[in-house]
Amino acid sequence: MLFFSYFKELVGKEVTVELKNDLAIRGTLHSVDQYLNIKLENIKVVDEGKYPHMLSVRNCFIRGSVVRYVQLPPDGVDVDILHDATRREARGS
Amino acid sequence: MSTGPGLESLVNQTISIITNDGRIIVGTLRGFDQATNIILDESHERVYSTREGVQQLALGLYIIRGDNMYVWLLRSVVGELDEELDLVNDLSKIKAHPLKPVIH
Repeated sequence: MLFFSYFKELVGKEVTVELKNDLAIRGTLHSVDQYLNIKLENIKVVDEGKYPHMLSVRNCFIRGSVVRYVQLPPDGVDVDILHDATRREARGS
Repeated sequence: MSTGPGLESLVNQTISIITNDGRIIVGTLRGFDQATNIILDESHERVYSTREGVQQLALGLYIIRGDNMYVWLLRSVVGELDEELDLVNDLSKIKAHPLKPVIH
């Protein structure tokens, strides 16, 4: 639940999602759900020359299980708050 | 608190799906469920290759399974196709490597 809450805080920020098939998609985080499925808006594929497969797509829904990384803006991360939340989560479970 | 994926807004829209074996399938979304199983009407597959331009293979009505333990079952990136953008891109001129399959 921790990362679900964390991603909810990041809605509206620009992130780059790297998938397990090496495709990387940059876009604005529109929403996230309990499975960490991600909806991005106004997407741009990183390295579009190599991956023209999504040229006509503006928004997308990405299944959580195919995500390898979510690259965040450095100013979007408050490390201290994240630290506290993880410590609480670790104590609780 | 388990609402399904927020795909309601995409029903009856043209969408494009990337499956876990790296195929692109384009069609009209008719239905979905909590496991992201999908019903796709008038679907066709777009095959990218580095030698020829994009090929389109007609498929008809498809059910694509969202969740699984078997390699042949499919997971996906679902994107709403912007019709204007799609017309502008001349598919016969696009050459690219096919997408890689998803490796967990």
